[in-house]
Amino acid sequence: MANTVIYAVYEDPEQLKDGARKLVSNGIKVKDTWSPFPIHGIDPIIGVTRTRLAIASFMFGITGTCLAVLGMWYMNIFDWPMNIGGKPSQALYKNFPAFVPVMFEFTVFCAAHGMSITYLIRNKTLPGMPARNPDPRSTDDKFIIEVRTADNHGHSTEAITSLLRTTPVFEINERQY
Amino acid sequence: MHSEAAIREPLILGHKTYHDITQDIVGPIENKAPRGWYVLITIAGLIALYGVGCIMYLLAKGIGTWGLNKTVDWAWDITNFVWWVGIGHAGTLISAVLLLFRQKWRMAVNRSAEAMTIFAVIMAALFPLLHMGRLWLGYWVFPLPNQFGSLWVNFNSPLLWDVFAISTYFSVSLVFWYIGLIPDFATIRDKVTKPGMKKVYGILSFGWSGNAKAWTRFEEVSLVLAGIATPLVFSVHSVVSFDFATSVVPGWHTTIFPPYFVSGAVFSGFAMVQTLLLVLRKVMHLESYITVKHVEYMNIVIIVTGSIVGVAYITELFISWYSGVEYESYAFINRATGPYWWSYWAMMTCNVVSPQVFWFRKLRRNLAFTFFMSIIVNIGMWFERFVIIVTSLHRDYLPSSWNMFHPTWVDAGIFIGTIGIFFTLYLLFARYFPVLALNEVKSILKISGESYKKEAAKHHHH
Repeated sequence: MANTVIYAVYEDPEQLKDGARKLVSNGIKVKDTWSPFPIHGIDPIIGVTRTRLAIASFMFGITGTCLAVLGMWYMNIFDWPMNIGGKPSQALYKNFPAFVPVMFEFTVFCAAHGMSITYLIRNKTLPGMPARNPDPRSTDDKFIIEVRTADNHGHSTEAITSLLRTTPVFEINERQY
Repeated sequence: MHSEAAIREPLILGHKTYHDITQDIVGPIENKAPRGWYVLITIAGLIALYGVGCIMYLLAKGIGTWGLNKTVDWAWDITNFVWWVGIGHAGTLISAVLLLFRQKWRMAVNRSAEAMTIFAVIMAALFPLLHMGRLWLGYWVFPLPNQFGSLWVNFNSPLLWDVFAISTYFSVSLVFWYIGLIPDFATIRDKVTKPGMKKVYGILSFGWSGNAKAWTRFEEVSLVLAGIATPLVFSVHSVVSFDFATSVVPGWHTTIFPPYFVSGAVFSGFAMVQTLLLVLRKVMHLESYITVKHVEYMNIVIIVTGSIVGVAYITELFISWYSGVEYESYAFINRATGPYWWSYWAMMTCNVVSPQVFWFRKLRRNLAFTFFMSIIVNIGMWFERFVIIVTSLHRDYLPSSWNMFHPTWVDAGIFIGTIGIFFTLYLLFARYFPVLALNEVKSILKISGESYKKEAAKHHHH
């Protein structure tokens, strides 16, 4: 038998959450959900782990701070120290207050752009990438649960759909893949 | 789902479904633009072209075509720069600071306010570049290895801090805006039927699919970007104020400048948001989303920041006397009673006196009056920068070099031209981009939508 993917279409995020809860409590694995806006509280139900993007952002930010300090030390202290109004650029610690604004800006620059690029790559959203949502209505007003039979060997397609029918589902679509 | 107190005014009026929201925003993009849009973009486009012409003339002839002289060597260029950067502060303030404060009303206005920010910062960046005289050497402001030996930019200079602040602010605002736009472009992609449009919005949406993990990441990125953009907003105008505050010119050399500039920026930014949104909601029929309550919230921000600006003006005045520095006190007496007295009093009237009328609830909920006031504030904030810059410079320590500044038609043409370019860009945005953050507005529909609130209230009263 070919593998079947079941799309349960809901009209409300709360109803989708009820449906997902019911599936999971019956031992059915939910592959993914598709929605026009974030469904708060769906992640723990279907087992989506927390993203580490914030940690990545912190790492990018720290890298930016270090690069800024290193760059300013090299350019204004080491390579070409300037004497402005009798106040020469002698040592990093003496010039430090004047270097703080650029350090801050460059930290933000690296944290923001590093995280954003990571985000786009991890989400597979880049110019020219194909859309993967199963139904064009999922970016408009429909909330969709995706269940694959390949993930749920103990349950038949009929059992899953009849379980879904006990929830306020709008429609159920099946597709072979 | 959490519910909201019935006493809070709804943020989405009437009965809307998720599909209605999509339809209301994507419909105008799919269909032919209203006649008013063509009229407006023609006017804005002509003004923009005139501005481009003036810029060409300036580049060909040189900075001598401006009214600058040896004493007043900074005037309209820097005034316009600070004015535009200030306007550019409201967008990120709305999307970042109000996100951290969980203000739901931001959702209807953040998209267009951020667009305004981006266009305003582009206009701002134009002025220092033009003042360099040789636009094509603008990249010299960056610390690049070069053929002149160990010649580096000076990291002790606030002007260089400004380069970093503005470029970081511009690029981060742009990315923040675009990341929010991606899911909405996907909505348009899935909605439109014309193949050409589908293709274009398909590319713009980067293949967004909206699965659970993508939304988790989306929310995390939005929150972190808001968290780092918040200090960034405050840093940018602080750094702009350092351009003046670190100098030893009377009237500039004050520690009050950073908070004073930041609140002035928010003040003028919100005024410009009001100017644009009051037109946008009418032309694009967004009255259900950008409600009178939204306008009132923004007027409250205007009165708060306007009052901070007022206190700053008066503090400055007091300190100039209290410090006992005669140059400092002369600078302020000269501002109020010298040859530029009219600009000082224009600034005082527009920025300090007039916003106080918003204490009256009736006036801050009156749309026509708000529009009028927003123009007044825009004018007042332009005069503020003019006063700070020109009145401080034109009479400094040596009376023998005292001078007056008279703008030329090139000064005026470039300034008016940037307003034209700004409005052209904004009108293109309003025509082809989703003007509301669809995904955010949908997420509050069942909490703050009028019909849903009424429904919830019915269930509560027994």
